[in-house]
Amino acid sequence: MNLSFAITSLEQGLAFGIMALGVFISFRILNFADLTVDGSLPLGAAVSARLLTMGMNPFYSLGAAVIAGGFAGAITGFLNTKLKIAPLLSGILTMTSLYSINLRVMGRPNIPLIGKETIFTFIRDLGVPYPWNNLLLLIIVITAVKLILDAFLNTQIGFALRATGDNPQMIRSMGISTNSMKMLGLIISNALVALSGALVGQYQGFADVNMGVGTIIAGLASVIIGEVVIGEKSIMIATIGVIIGSILYRFSISIALNLGLAASDLKLLTALLVIIFLSTPRIKKALR
Amino acid sequence: MLKVKNLEKIFYKGTPNENTAVDKIDLTVNEGDFITIVGSNGAGKSTLLNSIAGVFPVENGTIILDEEDITKKSEYKCAQKIGRVFQNPLAGTSPEMTIEENLSLAISKSNNLSLKWGLSRHKREIMRRHLEKIDLGLEKRLTTKVKLLSGGQRQALTLLMATVANPQLLLLDEHTAALDPATAIKIKNLTAELVNENNITTLMITHNMEDAIKLGNRLIMMDGGQIIYDIKGEEKEELTIEKLLKMFEIKHGSKFNNDRMLLSV
Repeated sequence: MNLSFAITSLEQGLAFGIMALGVFISFRILNFADLTVDGSLPLGAAVSARLLTMGMNPFYSLGAAVIAGGFAGAITGFLNTKLKIAPLLSGILTMTSLYSINLRVMGRPNIPLIGKETIFTFIRDLGVPYPWNNLLLLIIVITAVKLILDAFLNTQIGFALRATGDNPQMIRSMGISTNSMKMLGLIISNALVALSGALVGQYQGFADVNMGVGTIIAGLASVIIGEVVIGEKSIMIATIGVIIGSILYRFSISIALNLGLAASDLKLLTALLVIIFLSTPRIKKALR
Repeated sequence: MLKVKNLEKIFYKGTPNENTAVDKIDLTVNEGDFITIVGSNGAGKSTLLNSIAGVFPVENGTIILDEEDITKKSEYKCAQKIGRVFQNPLAGTSPEMTIEENLSLAISKSNNLSLKWGLSRHKREIMRRHLEKIDLGLEKRLTTKVKLLSGGQRQALTLLMATVANPQLLLLDEHTAALDPATAIKIKNLTAELVNENNITTLMITHNMEDAIKLGNRLIMMDGGQIIYDIKGEEKEELTIEKLLKMFEIKHGSKFNNDRMLLSV
């Protein structure tokens, strides 16, 4: 593997790492397998790309993507907590409707951003040469997201959120509404996923209505690889694990491609990867 | 303090399995009362407590806690004024979180949640003070995840969490039944200590006749969804297990049928 390949994997790992942090919140913190992310990732890209073509500041477009993602999470939360639709199905319903919504937002299935001003060209114009502009910006964004998330999860509300996924009965007897907490968690989770989508869109130079397919599996793979490799002793360590997991995941995909696997085989490879990492603890136990 | 009027709870209403678990109960609990509740299986003890705690809607009646009608309030809203400990020692704590994080939630229970740090030096001081009282050495293990504690330790922590914010009412549903005998005694003593010290109005379901007689200032016996005896004051102090069983037989017309209760006599 040559250097440019490694840098690309690293960049992708960082850009999608924010999505993985979102999946970490729903899947690990809330214990809610949320499939909305397959729709909220392209939603973030779509909102951001559409606003860029309309001439909006690329940084503001990220903010718009975050808000749109939060809405998507709120809808899944509403379906689950108010209409009592099962978590998995709530996510699938939102994801499915987002496909149409994303097409509406973009007005067509694909928006190219070549030649448009993005956050990455902005940094490059400040004098940071390619590819360091990408890398620098992604590192700054994901570090900020990680630190804010760590801090949030150590506030009173953060504690309540964590306990909601861990033992809902306990959180109810502490006088806290599990429904509000689930809603909050899904909003934050999908806001992060949409932010990641917007970053990915600007990074790769286009938004595509199909770019979200398999997001949840990639996110799960990152979370689980992180847990196996780095551990989950505390929140701070767990979130580092998620980011490292995302980077390792993108590297393994690159390696697979380099070994001559067809791009169309990648989904199968990802699924196998997740199965291997999910079963590792059990296999280890059995061998002991 | 707590006024339950004409309370009725029917499960599976309108089906062949219809079951009236609580049958038009009236109960007035005075401030500072420590009431033990006994009764055979299916007498409606747990249903009564769960109704008060707002776990499910009731068919009829009103529940007034401290001048406030809480009949239709949801479980989490009721919980702001009510502390609860369940039979399952795993039910009251968050296993993946540390002792201090669990306690932090209990201490901030009376306040609204905010974006303030969940832990502070001041909060840790309060925690250590409380944990020293329960005398299990947990004050030295604040950062231990709760899943690593034993059932008894977890139940002691739950009890502390249920009482630390000075609830207006404490509901204990056979909270020592799943523990080994030695631990159960410890938790019972701790219960009496915490309740007396903070003068918390308490309702405690137990299957242990001896405890029911020994603990508290008032004893309620339930059968078929109704309160059949409400014994307090001197009469309660002079109560024995034999007397209690006899009283039950007189009302019920047959022998007491709570296996666990008879075994523990």
